[in-house]
Amino acid sequence: MPDYPSLAILRRSASDHIPPDARATHEPALAKLIDISKCVGCKACQSACEEWNNLRGPIGINTGTLQNTPDLGPETWTLMTFDEYEDPKTGDPEWLFRKDGCMHCADPGCLKACPSPGAIVQYANGIVDFNEANCIGCGYCIKGCPFNIPRYGKEDRKAYKCTMCSDRVAVGLEPACVKTCPTGAINFGTKTAMVAHAGERVEELKWRGFDHAALYDPPGVGGTHVMYVLPHADQPERYGGLPADPRISPFVRVWKGTAKIAGLAVMGLAIVASFFHYITVGPDEVPAAAEDEAVALKHEVEDETPLPDGRS
Amino acid sequence: MNVPITRRGMLKGAAATVAVSTLSALGFGALQDAVAEVVRPFKIARAKETRSNCPYCSVSCGLLMYSEGDGAKNARPSLIHVEGDPDHPVNRGTLCPKGAALLDFVHSDSRTKYPLYRAPGSNAWERKSWDWTLDRIARLLKGDRDRHFIAKNAQGQTVNRWLTTGFLAASASTNETGYITNKVVRSMGAVVFDNQARICHAPSVASLGPSFGHGAMTNTWMDIKNANLILVMGGNPAEAHPCGFKWVVEAKADNRARLVVVDPRFSRTASVADFYCPIRPGTDIAFLNGVTRHLLETGRIQHEYVSAYSNAGYLVREGFDFHEGLFTGYDAAGREYDTSTWEYEIGPDGYAVVDATLQHPRCVMQLLRTHVAPYTPEMVERICGSPRDKFLKICDMIAETSATDKVMTSLYALGWTQHSSGSQNIRGMCVIQALLGNMGLPGGGINALRGHSNIQGLTDLGLLSELLPGYRDLPMDGDTDLATYLSRYQYKPLRPGQAGPMQRYRNYFISLLKATCGGAATAANDFAYDYLPKRDLPAYDIMMAMELASQGKITGYIAQGFNALMSFPDQTKMRDVLGKLKFLIVMNPLQIETARFWENHGVYNDADPASIQTEVFELPTTCFAEDEGSLTDSCRWLQWHWPAQKPPAETRRDIDIMAGIFLRLRDLYRKEGGAFPDPILNLSWGYDDAASPRPEEIAREINGQALRDIRDAETGAVIRAGRQLDGFTQLKDDGSTSCGCWLYSGCFTEKGNMMARRDATDPNDRGIAPHWAWAWPANRRILYNRASADPPGNPWSEANKLVWWNGRIWTGYDAPDYPLTVPPGTGPGPFIMNEEGIARLFVRTLMRDGPFPVHYEPFETPRTNLLSPDIRGNPVARIFKDDLAALGTSAAFPCVATSYRTTEHFNSWTIHSHINAILQPEQYVEIGEQLAREKGIANGGWVRVWSKRGELKAKAVVTKRVRPLICDGTPVHVVGLLIHWGFTGLTRKGWSPNALTPVVGDADTQTPAYKAWLVNIEPTTPPPAMETA
Repeated sequence: MPDYPSLAILRRSASDHIPPDARATHEPALAKLIDISKCVGCKACQSACEEWNNLRGPIGINTGTLQNTPDLGPETWTLMTFDEYEDPKTGDPEWLFRKDGCMHCADPGCLKACPSPGAIVQYANGIVDFNEANCIGCGYCIKGCPFNIPRYGKEDRKAYKCTMCSDRVAVGLEPACVKTCPTGAINFGTKTAMVAHAGERVEELKWRGFDHAALYDPPGVGGTHVMYVLPHADQPERYGGLPADPRISPFVRVWKGTAKIAGLAVMGLAIVASFFHYITVGPDEVPAAAEDEAVALKHEVEDETPLPDGRS
Repeated sequence: MNVPITRRGMLKGAAATVAVSTLSALGFGALQDAVAEVVRPFKIARAKETRSNCPYCSVSCGLLMYSEGDGAKNARPSLIHVEGDPDHPVNRGTLCPKGAALLDFVHSDSRTKYPLYRAPGSNAWERKSWDWTLDRIARLLKGDRDRHFIAKNAQGQTVNRWLTTGFLAASASTNETGYITNKVVRSMGAVVFDNQARICHAPSVASLGPSFGHGAMTNTWMDIKNANLILVMGGNPAEAHPCGFKWVVEAKADNRARLVVVDPRFSRTASVADFYCPIRPGTDIAFLNGVTRHLLETGRIQHEYVSAYSNAGYLVREGFDFHEGLFTGYDAAGREYDTSTWEYEIGPDGYAVVDATLQHPRCVMQLLRTHVAPYTPEMVERICGSPRDKFLKICDMIAETSATDKVMTSLYALGWTQHSSGSQNIRGMCVIQALLGNMGLPGGGINALRGHSNIQGLTDLGLLSELLPGYRDLPMDGDTDLATYLSRYQYKPLRPGQAGPMQRYRNYFISLLKATCGGAATAANDFAYDYLPKRDLPAYDIMMAMELASQGKITGYIAQGFNALMSFPDQTKMRDVLGKLKFLIVMNPLQIETARFWENHGVYNDADPASIQTEVFELPTTCFAEDEGSLTDSCRWLQWHWPAQKPPAETRRDIDIMAGIFLRLRDLYRKEGGAFPDPILNLSWGYDDAASPRPEEIAREINGQALRDIRDAETGAVIRAGRQLDGFTQLKDDGSTSCGCWLYSGCFTEKGNMMARRDATDPNDRGIAPHWAWAWPANRRILYNRASADPPGNPWSEANKLVWWNGRIWTGYDAPDYPLTVPPGTGPGPFIMNEEGIARLFVRTLMRDGPFPVHYEPFETPRTNLLSPDIRGNPVARIFKDDLAALGTSAAFPCVATSYRTTEHFNSWTIHSHINAILQPEQYVEIGEQLAREKGIANGGWVRVWSKRGELKAKAVVTKRVRPLICDGTPVHVVGLLIHWGFTGLTRKGWSPNALTPVVGDADTQTPAYKAWLVNIEPTTPPPAMETA
């Protein structure tokens, strides 16, 4: 293993002292721009992501939607969501697609929340990457993520998510989803170039009558390195529940913001509380229901629904 | 979204903090630094890179195929990754969800690996050797051919045909494979012969050809970006051709084009449209004729173009009429027209009479005006269920492109072809585009978006019952000798000065006979004309073959890359038909349903193996990743690809299998004699390795070469014997040249393999890329491009500049589709394939069901024909007695069913690819919310859908995107059936919609009517669980 990082590092989970990297200063910030107005929901991004990253998820069932798999997962790092909408004024249908996946926040809640040194790293180019070798499986990144993105591996209990194809970007290539996107809905370049391109797209959409078209680059997480052009930016929730104003959980902020002082106090309390928690409730291996609801639903479907043809 | 802080979460976080703090406290900081971050190694850093083309759809995206190893001799290359070729002018590096997962097709567990044999009545496959298998097949073929070969018909005419064994050719195979297949199959005299074009785009040939000259997509994929208006009707390119659709998106973003979608459901294409209008399946002609009426009523046509470049002013013979839904000459008993009045009035000079004022009551313009008069906006709404205001809005948008500097492109696919009036649907648009002056212009045209990656190629090469290579028909019984046959195709100019490539058809045909029969073709024996089988029917199409087989008149079938059980209509009949065959030979890279029709898969394929006496062979073939050759994409580009890995297991190339069958058959005929062995014994087969012809050798043969020293008719230059020819203008009619397909002449010249060219330069960014690969005809990228200039030869507008007269020659960004040195005003019209030189609004006698498009209801319809209530279906469409009896009524089957694909799958192919199985794992049908409410169907619940012919069960996707169409005041519900799932592969098992479809097709081409029939639907329980197959 080389003694230098392959990409210049900006932040590293649970690490107070990042060795200064002279190259980080001149590393341009990169970004993916997903233009919803050009997306036809074809799932090429999903396909290319699985192929490039050697991921193969479960073969599921149809649940009354074209979306598959049902949720992001350890083998599904990007997922096309499908929403239907009927314009109350005209009665005309709209079919809204969104490529869901890691937003690569400038201020990443997962990294802030992660207690394991080096399990999550933010490169100077903006990519937030997980290193499963260092992951302790605590699931805290899931809690820390304002977009509900990371997922546990079923077997190894490690967290996974989109790497923005850091292996491709490291050698000067675009991510696999960007390259494959048939309609050019996914673009990639410096964040400056992507913001500028978004401006042109928004202008064109306004010309077409989308008065609320805008760039989605939420300030609550310091902006993101995956941005959207939304035709209806006034209602981002319509696109597969995209949060209007995502922010890192106050718990993570409090904890990390006052790490030295409050952390010690919490530590003392935690030891006591953990002890009582353990003897009263027992070991807790399952993360709280909130973030696992979708995973549980998937398991339920897989485990309990007999397959119509008996195959698995 | 903020994650709520729970007590448990708080505790857990604190515990983790403790752990980390403890680690730090214990001095693990140094360790932390040592574990530096490294990204995943770049997995293809030194892998061997091979250029290829995607085998799925006709966009034919360029691929980079990465194989393990750097090409060293000791490394056996195996494909490890596929991504788009960024240099490719069409896909520019992109791939759709199918192309992006090609790795999983190539390495599918259900690839065929060894020759398998299933004995009559057996319940299992046996593995066999290739030699045993091919010997057995040759013996079966010879046995049947010798028994049933017809040398002469009842009138004593030489017909030399063999009708009892059928062939299906693979339209995802290379041109070289198709050419060899055609050569072998025709040498045996087979006429029961089709490829997927029969069930797909045959109507495009039958309508675009008569209208403009060539039956093919007119413009390029990239050229769509030049359009001002894109009308998608009868297709769903965002779903079926995603990487070609990028040019629609580009037109919107960079050319501020508008996208209009007319479709029964709000499709993926509609999701990015500016305007969407619903339409009832099977009523497109009413809509299109309504548009034509609007254009003529408002006068918003390109007047100068119409006068100069269409037959609007041509007078039609006295006696021609259209009355109560029928043209003159209808014979109800024979379901056929006497078309003798459907012709121009010919003047004393021998030419068609033209009224330049377009006012004569018998001129085409006035006849057309009368013909479309009943299609008022009110009538369109009543028939189609398209709201009148939406219809008129679209009319207005279309009419804007009558301006000389505005163009509309029409994109369509099987939504128009798969109807009993499929060809006439396309004709509806031909009329509109000619009136608007949008043909031959960049950003214009009628773009038939083909299906399979090489379905265009196999059609060009004539792998259809009635075709020869290069779009001329196989002779009929009455064409008893060469002269009689050629007289059918004698070019007779209909206006002064007309001349075109079809003047030299004799040269092309004789060069074809020379390529096929070699030395046996001499002037003395009419160039072995008798070796060609003759037809006694318009075609032995797949539905005719099904009918004959159901009567026990077909002995065997070879299905090469064709999943017939899934893709032929009325699956119950089809399964029965396969069981009546004596033998069935399936060549495929995947373990498909057709080869397993005899296996019992419970409700999905309820067969009784013991009672099925068919001998079945499954021959494992290579796939695109392992073969080399050319594919012709939708826009007529022939592109060469190279193999990325070795054939796995015992798979063989289709070329080698066809050669293996042929050589054995030839040996048997040499040794034993038999029925008319001459065409087999004399088939030209001069390949270096007779058992394994190289694709390059075959490509050179297709291109054509000089057999003796010849002189170029245009330049006078001498071409030495054995040299490759530059193009079809050099072909001779005296046996001194050979050419496998005149349209492809120029693809492999003395300059080399033109199909392998990779220069993506695109002058003036017109979307032409003239030096990338090679396009037929003569490397022209936009057909009829002479029409992009006005009669004096200047571009109609600077914005749409493409080809023009520079005072000396025709020049421009594309190869001019016109004689280069003939000045404007003196020579032929811009549509040089037609004997009039112009575009035909009125197609004379060239189509069976009429010179103008007429609205007829589908054979199964919820509505009577409002315009001619007594007419059921297309009055000249063929329907067999048992199939007629199997039609349902709207009383029992109140919903209109239509079938289509979803973008995650390609036909019944990608259910074998793991990633695609993940992306869309289970069959579903799409229905509207109102129908779901009325029937008590829950979203995601199971439904049963049934027609008079069969039933299937699937999940229901209840959607706002499918709505009832209000036709004549009452709602018609649409049920959308997806076509992909079967009883093989990795997905959940499912049914082909062909369990339900009727056996009736387009009147001109017999392309089955898969897009509009009747069903009923109800909620149901899941199909019974089954043991693993």
